[in-house]
Amino acid sequence: MATLNLSAVTKSFGATMVLHGIDLAVADGEMIVIVGASGCGKSTLLRIVAGLETPTTGHVAIGGREVTRLEPADRDIAMVFQNYALYPHMTVAQNMAYGLKIRGTPKEEIARRVAETAGLLGIEPLLARKPRELSGGQRQRVAMGRAIIREPKLFLFDEPLSNLDAKLRVQMRGEIRRLQQRLGVTSLYVTHDQVEAMTLGDRLVVMHQGRAAQVASPMEVWARPADTYVASFIGSPAMNLLAGTLAEGGAAVQLKAGPLLRFQDGPRAGGDGRPLTIGIRPEHMLRDGEALVTVALDLVEPLGSETVLHGKLANGEVLTARLPGMVPAVGSAMPLAIPAEALHVFDAETGRRLDS
Amino acid sequence: MEDALLARRALARQRWARWLAHAALGLGVLVFAFPIWITLVGSTHDAATIGRGDVPLLPGGQALENYATAWNSGGGTLRGNPAAGMLLNSAIMALLIAAGKIAISLLSAYAVVFFRFPLRMAAFWTIFITLMLPVEVRIIPTYQVIVNLDLFNSFTGLTLPLIASATATLLFRQFFLTIPDEYVEAAQLDGAGPLRFFRDILLPLSVTNIAALGVILFIYGWNQYLWPLLIINDRSMQTIVVGLAKMIGNGDSQNEWNTIMATAVLAMTPPVLVVVLMQRWFIKGLTETEK
Repeated sequence: MATLNLSAVTKSFGATMVLHGIDLAVADGEMIVIVGASGCGKSTLLRIVAGLETPTTGHVAIGGREVTRLEPADRDIAMVFQNYALYPHMTVAQNMAYGLKIRGTPKEEIARRVAETAGLLGIEPLLARKPRELSGGQRQRVAMGRAIIREPKLFLFDEPLSNLDAKLRVQMRGEIRRLQQRLGVTSLYVTHDQVEAMTLGDRLVVMHQGRAAQVASPMEVWARPADTYVASFIGSPAMNLLAGTLAEGGAAVQLKAGPLLRFQDGPRAGGDGRPLTIGIRPEHMLRDGEALVTVALDLVEPLGSETVLHGKLANGEVLTARLPGMVPAVGSAMPLAIPAEALHVFDAETGRRLDS
Repeated sequence: MEDALLARRALARQRWARWLAHAALGLGVLVFAFPIWITLVGSTHDAATIGRGDVPLLPGGQALENYATAWNSGGGTLRGNPAAGMLLNSAIMALLIAAGKIAISLLSAYAVVFFRFPLRMAAFWTIFITLMLPVEVRIIPTYQVIVNLDLFNSFTGLTLPLIASATATLLFRQFFLTIPDEYVEAAQLDGAGPLRFFRDILLPLSVTNIAALGVILFIYGWNQYLWPLLIINDRSMQTIVVGLAKMIGNGDSQNEWNTIMATAVLAMTPPVLVVVLMQRWFIKGLTETEK
């Protein structure tokens, strides 16, 4: 168990800059999820922490010890790989024991820890099997076991659930979280799946083009996204982003689509006419209210308890809404209300969040 | 009525196709097997029968005597060499070549695939272009080198020039390239150094490939003719393929065809045994990868 500190970590491959200076302080026992679209640098960051890549500049410290130039094996970490990377010619027990064996752990000690870890993960009946005789979920567990058995200071997860089917993914997600909390080991978890990110992390690092767009708790990221990228990346369906301008001396926004919305949480800086981007989550849209817009529906997705509507506003902007219950069929136009209390205000040029 | 007729026609066509396939297969077997059959039959008659120019198609009664002669003393009173010793020499040579080739190409492929060092690709291409230089092309300089090194008439001289192998290096390189990077990284995290990784993970994964290549290389080594002919003139070190050819005289005296054919059968047996015994591994190595 330990803290993890990244300071100004950058990485370039030739002329391509993949990471533009990442700072991150992870507390002891904390689970940090690094989330972002593919190519945002999240895997590179994890590999730098693992020691599989060396940062171009910057430092990595685990438990206060500078490890930037150390070999992966000397960092006291364990990693769960996307495709598990279990050695195919070794049994489950041998796979789990391999790292300990190399470190010269006594045989009885290895046997004890294998049994203990297998018990923890419920894989005792599988110990004598080869990886190819296991199902995806079982392999996943063994890969976890191989990481746990070493009792490392830091767990690294590289999209460990992406090869599982949807149902198993939900189940394993819960198991990983429970296990991590029980063992209390500091963890870094990389994923592109925002649901995984929201449910697993104590805090999220939302990565975008090699930068940490936001580092905050899942609810904070959801409720107060730092910029338009985070706003549209976290949450499903994605947040609606509508163009508007500042009005009434900063107290309201004039949407291009029509309505004037008064800010409920206080005025924003800047003169009237300052271009803004207004975010509104689909699930916050209402059937009726004060600020009405007319949506020409082009797709209706009934999900049972609720319905997702996709359509266009009169000025051509796209709008998505998630409403409870049943909703009219495609082709019809429908009035929907934008509640002023659920607005997110962003600067139209920089995309940064504007608070009152 | 109509359908019954169609069904009958379909059946007839299938039967005809099956017959044709079997006829083609049978012909193929005949073409390959007939010379071997002649050899087998020839090894069971006395010298006179074959010497007369008859080619018997059915086995005779001299089998035991012929094989005993071939094994113990060899045919052709002056030229003959006991097959037992020559088989042993061939076996040593073929095993040394196969083992040596596999060892050296495993290591060079490992270096080329898993390590980054200056001139890595240059090294690989240098190995690769030696594919264009078979033993026969470089035989005179090679001979010169071996003689200068005083390795004439030795197993080292016999096998060393045949061991450097681009083919095997290339095959192992291709196989290593299919091994996911995650294994390497997992091993790194487990604390396995390069040699540990090679021994504990890469070698076990390559077992089927090694077996398949071993079979091919053993036969390649066993069948070597030109190089052993040049580098060995000590009778006690003669290999069976060379010895067999030397048993056939230049026409000054009668050839003991019965003993020659018995020796030929003996010379064929070890490669056949290797293929038969290793068949399961051999096919596995050529067709499937354990990942």
